[in-house]
Amino acid sequence: MPTASMTVNGKAVSGEVESRTLLVQFIRDKLGLTGTHVGCDTSQCGACVVHVNGKSVKSCTLLAVQAEGAKVTTIEGLANGGDLHPMQAAFRENHGLQCGFCTPGMVMSALDLVQQIPDPNEQQVREWLEGNICRCTGYQNIVKAIQAGAKAMRS
Amino acid sequence: MHNFDYHRPTSLADAAKRLSGEAKLVAGGMTLIPTLKQRLAQPSSLVDLGGIAELRGIKPEGGGLTIGAMTTHAEVAHSAEVKKTIPALAVLAEGIGDPQVRNRGTIGGSISNNDPAADYPAGLVALGATVITDKRRIAADDFFKGMFETALQDGEIVTAVSFPRPDKAAYMKFPNPASRYAMVGVFVARTGGGIRVAVTGAGPGVFRATEMEKALAGNFSADAIKSVKIPAAGLNSDMHGSAEYRAHLVNVMARRAVTACS
Repeated sequence: MPTASMTVNGKAVSGEVESRTLLVQFIRDKLGLTGTHVGCDTSQCGACVVHVNGKSVKSCTLLAVQAEGAKVTTIEGLANGGDLHPMQAAFRENHGLQCGFCTPGMVMSALDLVQQIPDPNEQQVREWLEGNICRCTGYQNIVKAIQAGAKAMRS
Repeated sequence: MHNFDYHRPTSLADAAKRLSGEAKLVAGGMTLIPTLKQRLAQPSSLVDLGGIAELRGIKPEGGGLTIGAMTTHAEVAHSAEVKKTIPALAVLAEGIGDPQVRNRGTIGGSISNNDPAADYPAGLVALGATVITDKRRIAADDFFKGMFETALQDGEIVTAVSFPRPDKAAYMKFPNPASRYAMVGVFVARTGGGIRVAVTGAGPGVFRATEMEKALAGNFSADAIKSVKIPAAGLNSDMHGSAEYRAHLVNVMARRAVTACS
């Protein structure tokens, strides 16, 4: 059986996988990091977004073996102990979630946007969220949260 | 998903050697992995091109651009070189799927798959690009063969696409609001070799709107093609739109593209 070795949230991890094991299965089932969610399993909803080598990807559409040697960051890698990452805090403060299922993907996606556009306008945030589906909020407060999180990260 | 053997070669020669039997190449995997999940394909092994450094990158060449097969849509969309030389191509790449798909999906994967609603085929055909494989060079006009079919032979690997620089070019698409695939996309290019208009999403594969090209050769303006009708016969008809609707959209998108080029 192949082995997948990578760095997840700064920690070297390794495990036996089947070739067909998805990265999200590896993260959730092997590593027990269940913050990354599987919503649709068809690469559309974005609940499974993680960063691979600094870029946001859908971990349900990537094989674990394809992430061999990569640096992976999941939602669990953002907070510093009990202190939420500014983007997480902004989601809480702005009511950027209701049921919370899509939130890990939203936050990981938002952080990739902020890497590219540190001060995104509303239109840029909405366009960026093309690949993240939320069925509760109507997006209004998610957009607000991302803009507030981006602002907090700049200061 | 059925299981398979997985190989990640670091050279093109190694990759070619692995391509025997029911092996399949995987580039970004944005179409292939969902296809495997649905068990619509059952390859015995996957040969991942992701470890071959020479397949990545954007180089200026002969006034135009050569883009490595494993270059992602996001890299094309953000490339200063592409924005300078063929800005319409950067716009096309920025409109594919969503940001996460653009971070993984590649130009080589997209054209090898030749989805009838993919964006790149229109760009390659309109710009008169050349597909470079590990065996030969294929003009875009000869590369795309209809629905999910290309001129690629078994075991042939796309290594790059070479684009000449157009004088002006623009791509306009009407995206399906859910998938962002083109309901209809029209790429118009004014090049040294004349005016080329390529249409994706409307038919079973990319095609050139030759009547529009002729009309534009005499008068490069949106008005010149306003009355050029695209026959609905043979165009795609599905839950998203009828063939007649798509035929109409071709004209609308073409006029918008011409206006953007003028």
